[in-house]
Amino acid sequence: MSGANDPYDPKEVAALAPETLQQAVDKAKAEFSAADSLEALAGVKPAHLGDKSPLLVARREIGALPPKARSEAGKRVNEAQNTVKTAFEQRRAQLEIERDERVLRDEAVDVTLPWDRVPRGARHPVSTLSELIADVFVGMGYEVAEGPEVEAEWFNFDALNFLPDHPARTMSDTFHIAPADSGLVLRTHTSPVQIRSLLDRELPVYVVCPGRTYRTDEIDATHLPVFNQVEGLAVDKGITMAHLKGTLDHFARAMFGPESKTRFRPNFFPFTEPSAEVDVWFPEKKGGAGWVEWGGCGMVDPNVLRACGVDTDVYSGFAFGMGIDRTLQFRNGIPDMRDMVEGDVRFTTAFGTEAE
Amino acid sequence: MKIPLSWLKSHVDVPEGLTPDQISEALVNLGFEVEEMRSLDEVTGPLVVGRVVEIEELKDFKKPIRYCQVDVGDGEDEDTVETRGIICGATNFAEGDLVVVALPGAVLPGGFAISARKTYGRTSNGMICSARELGLGEDHAGILVLPSGEASPGDDAAPLLGLDDTVIDLEITPDRGYAMSVRGMARELAIAFETTLVDPAAIGVPGAEGDAHNVHIEAEDGCSRFVVRRVTGLDPTSPTPWFMRRRLMLAGIRSISLAVDVTNYVMLETGQPMHAFDTSSVKGNLVVRRAQPGEKLTTLDDVERVLDPDDMVIADDTGPISLAGVMGGASTEVRPDSTDILLEAAVWDPPSIARAVRRHKLPSEASRRFERSVDPALAPAAAERAAQLLREHGEARIQPGRTDVGRPELPGPVLMEIDLPDRVAGINYPRGVTARRLSQIGCTVEVTTTTAGRAAVVVTPPTWRPDLTRPADLVEEVLRLEGYHTIPSVLPAAPAGRGLTPSQRRRRAVARTLADVGYVEVTPMTFVSPETWDAFGLPEDDVRRQTVKVLNPLEADRDEMTTTLLPGLLEALARNVSRGIRDVALFHVGQVVLPKAQQVPVPELATDRRPTDAEIATLKAALPAQPVHVGVVLTGNRQRPGWWGKGEPATWADAIQAAHDVAAVAGVELTVQAGSLMPWHPGRCAELRVGGFPVGHAGELHPKVIEALGLPKRTCAMELDLDLLPLQKHRPAPKVSPYPPVLLDAALVLDAAVPVAEVTEALKSGGGALLEDLHLFDVYTGEQLGEGKRSLAYSLRFRAPDKTLTLEEATAAKEAAVAVVSERFGATLR
Repeated sequence: MSGANDPYDPKEVAALAPETLQQAVDKAKAEFSAADSLEALAGVKPAHLGDKSPLLVARREIGALPPKARSEAGKRVNEAQNTVKTAFEQRRAQLEIERDERVLRDEAVDVTLPWDRVPRGARHPVSTLSELIADVFVGMGYEVAEGPEVEAEWFNFDALNFLPDHPARTMSDTFHIAPADSGLVLRTHTSPVQIRSLLDRELPVYVVCPGRTYRTDEIDATHLPVFNQVEGLAVDKGITMAHLKGTLDHFARAMFGPESKTRFRPNFFPFTEPSAEVDVWFPEKKGGAGWVEWGGCGMVDPNVLRACGVDTDVYSGFAFGMGIDRTLQFRNGIPDMRDMVEGDVRFTTAFGTEAE
Repeated sequence: MKIPLSWLKSHVDVPEGLTPDQISEALVNLGFEVEEMRSLDEVTGPLVVGRVVEIEELKDFKKPIRYCQVDVGDGEDEDTVETRGIICGATNFAEGDLVVVALPGAVLPGGFAISARKTYGRTSNGMICSARELGLGEDHAGILVLPSGEASPGDDAAPLLGLDDTVIDLEITPDRGYAMSVRGMARELAIAFETTLVDPAAIGVPGAEGDAHNVHIEAEDGCSRFVVRRVTGLDPTSPTPWFMRRRLMLAGIRSISLAVDVTNYVMLETGQPMHAFDTSSVKGNLVVRRAQPGEKLTTLDDVERVLDPDDMVIADDTGPISLAGVMGGASTEVRPDSTDILLEAAVWDPPSIARAVRRHKLPSEASRRFERSVDPALAPAAAERAAQLLREHGEARIQPGRTDVGRPELPGPVLMEIDLPDRVAGINYPRGVTARRLSQIGCTVEVTTTTAGRAAVVVTPPTWRPDLTRPADLVEEVLRLEGYHTIPSVLPAAPAGRGLTPSQRRRRAVARTLADVGYVEVTPMTFVSPETWDAFGLPEDDVRRQTVKVLNPLEADRDEMTTTLLPGLLEALARNVSRGIRDVALFHVGQVVLPKAQQVPVPELATDRRPTDAEIATLKAALPAQPVHVGVVLTGNRQRPGWWGKGEPATWADAIQAAHDVAAVAGVELTVQAGSLMPWHPGRCAELRVGGFPVGHAGELHPKVIEALGLPKRTCAMELDLDLLPLQKHRPAPKVSPYPPVLLDAALVLDAAVPVAEVTEALKSGGGALLEDLHLFDVYTGEQLGEGKRSLAYSLRFRAPDKTLTLEEATAAKEAAVAVVSERFGATLR
């Protein structure tokens, strides 16, 4: 390149001519664009950015220029080279994106395919509900007490103030263990665990006793000879029936929601005095919110406390008991109690592994 | 107990305008469960009194059918009798009887609409009704025949039947004998509505001259009072007045004869059960005693009963003539021609009656009251009331004598601190509530001071409340009458608890883990039949055949408490399979019952004090052991086939893995060795050990057992005693080395009979501390290995705790490991 006012006549170098450089740039851009894969792009790269590419060849010619022209030519070559490099990088980035997208697209699967190789297991709803109940009481400071299912009559009846001729003791209500004078029965409630707790523990005693119980009921839609109960017992200084009510109201809310509450109706049990039947307000009751018979409760009878060596002048207590199966039945709408003991996996798996 | 509301209202002024529902609610709040409030007003349309004028017996039908001409007042005037024909299938009435007729257009209870219709070849123009069809009672043995003179043909029958009434069916708790009467319930309503009571027993018993009959109470512990009144000259044809029949009917008691009806009526009214003897059939003096061994009595229901020496009886010179408090005897029962009657009103020992009822399976209206106990002061008034009713309605003469023997026990005074009800309820009742409420139920109340200087009351309960013996009983009365709804709701502040015990937490974790790995929890019943043990192939002396037996099982052949969880699990598995579910994996965590080798007698302990520690220990020792077991059973595919490929059938290995899963969650090391125990397959049974101690078995079931129980082939099972696994406490943390591992493989060829577990153990012991982990990745048998040989290929991971291990060091450790296997089992490296 030369100008009319140039003080000297520069030597012309063809490779550094702007047109030539522009041609090289255009050609590189065109070939990069034409490359349709990263491999093809890599294939054309040496021709435009390699040692023998026109731009690198041109750069080596700069020295042949007169010193005054070198800087300008150098700038020109740099510019051209940067343009080519940028074009290359852009194309590569674009091709990488395309490749990645293609790979991901090719790897796509039908995510609706089932993967139930191992059939799902489940907890029995009576077990999980019983654990939930235990947790509610543990949250209030209670401990969970347990005892044997084959039980001494003394624990199951005598200590609970059942008189010797009480009808509940008979074979028409209670399973007796052979021989006839064994003094053993299948526990008819979890109340014997309350007696054991009072005998074994230091006062005050706050325990909840879930467990299996037995009565000679023929099996049908609403009765099982083997069922589950939860009983609670609190023996402390100054325990009142108001405490019993407060505890059961809390229990009801934990089971049936914040709107739930309890209602007491006077009744009779050998082991409590005063005694009450407990109804619970069940907001989701079939056919509309309403009261449902839930269990029995009362203030522990002084005779029971005496049999356990508790000083009735200092201590008082309350006790309550509910059927877990029955609670589950109306809480979760189980049509037939037999489903609970038959072990049909279709019944149990519907409940998963948590009590809800 | 059923009572017509109108009967109660005749003894208590219930406020005007109260609905039956309000009365029901009041009763519930007082502690009386209302089973039913049954309104009688369901009948609509024409219901009239009719007189049967003519009966034509139709003979052409399988059962007796009557075509009756009935006068229902259709005539123009009183003198013209016009009848209508009505078909009737009952035969307990005669021409001239007054009956109730539902005319066409009437609708009876249950929506039963009456219309004129052709039936049995005649036109039936209405229906002659039974008590049951009218909703008056359960008796449908025949149609309701009204006493003559009570009404005239054509009269509206509704007022006569009292169809504006409500029958209350109450459940009376065992402590409230007094409430099994109009007298008792009227008293409760009077308290509820703060109104006055007319006590039906307050009739003023006149003085008597001498005994009505000679009676001696021999067994005073069984009978505390025996009152007899005698009436003579009874007109045995006198009908029971309609008001009495109606009330008995609504209470569910059949009318029999005036004398019997009167005793039942007085029982319902006062609560005192009574018995009427035909005086002429009684031979000599009466003795109240226990039965003698072998004595027999034919009771009113014509059943001959062998008496128990514990039965209380009333005897005359011929022997027992009544099973006391339960049922009278046939030989002295009131006959249709009896004119001379002994009216008995006695007080029997409640437990004696309860035992007799149970022995003879003979509950009665009388026994239900005696079991709950009867007011000991009531007998003379009840006997008088019955005698008066017989005089009034049967023209009987009351004889001047009255027998009244025995020593009735009356309730004694109870001292109670006056604020005890407040302290039990957790409420401050208004001043005077305690005394007022206790007075309302009939107690006499005196205010006093205890020796400690506290305000108290001395309360003497009324004779009809023998249940009130302790302060707690009085407290209940105050709370009940004030209303349980007044008791506030207060959460007690329990002391800080310790949460679940380690074994409780572990049991939950085990169950959760088994559910997570695909097992479904079941809770089968634990009663088994001895045949189960035969099907299990257990030897005669197998300890699992030693069971605790139930005396009164629901199913006669299932009288044993199971010693293993497997019978229940396998039954549930078979049930699932029979319902079309092929892949079944079940688990059960529950108690089994293992009897003591030597049955220890259960000691008799007192209840009026705490038993001694030694007594409690003896009692507990008499109980069978009841450890918590965990069991699994499985069949079908453990992994299903699918688009991913083939399924994996459930095998012995899955059953053993279930035990490993349990052990892992329990944090104990479980080892496995070949075992041999029925019902498992002898070659596919693992004995499970923890700390060298056997805790259970797992594997495939014996083919014979599978066949005997009808199970799918290759059914597998595991059971272990969870209580035998030691509880882990503060598990020590491992040292986790940050240095890189060296991974090496070792394929060992050795005798195929050597258990893998032993080879693994040998590698571990030879590999020493540097062997961080090892894993069996291949088991191979093939001809080139030689007969009876197999190759076990392990990958071994070596790592040093304190530096980067060199390959040379790792290789040396591997060689040491292999050397131990070679030494112990002659293994060679492949």
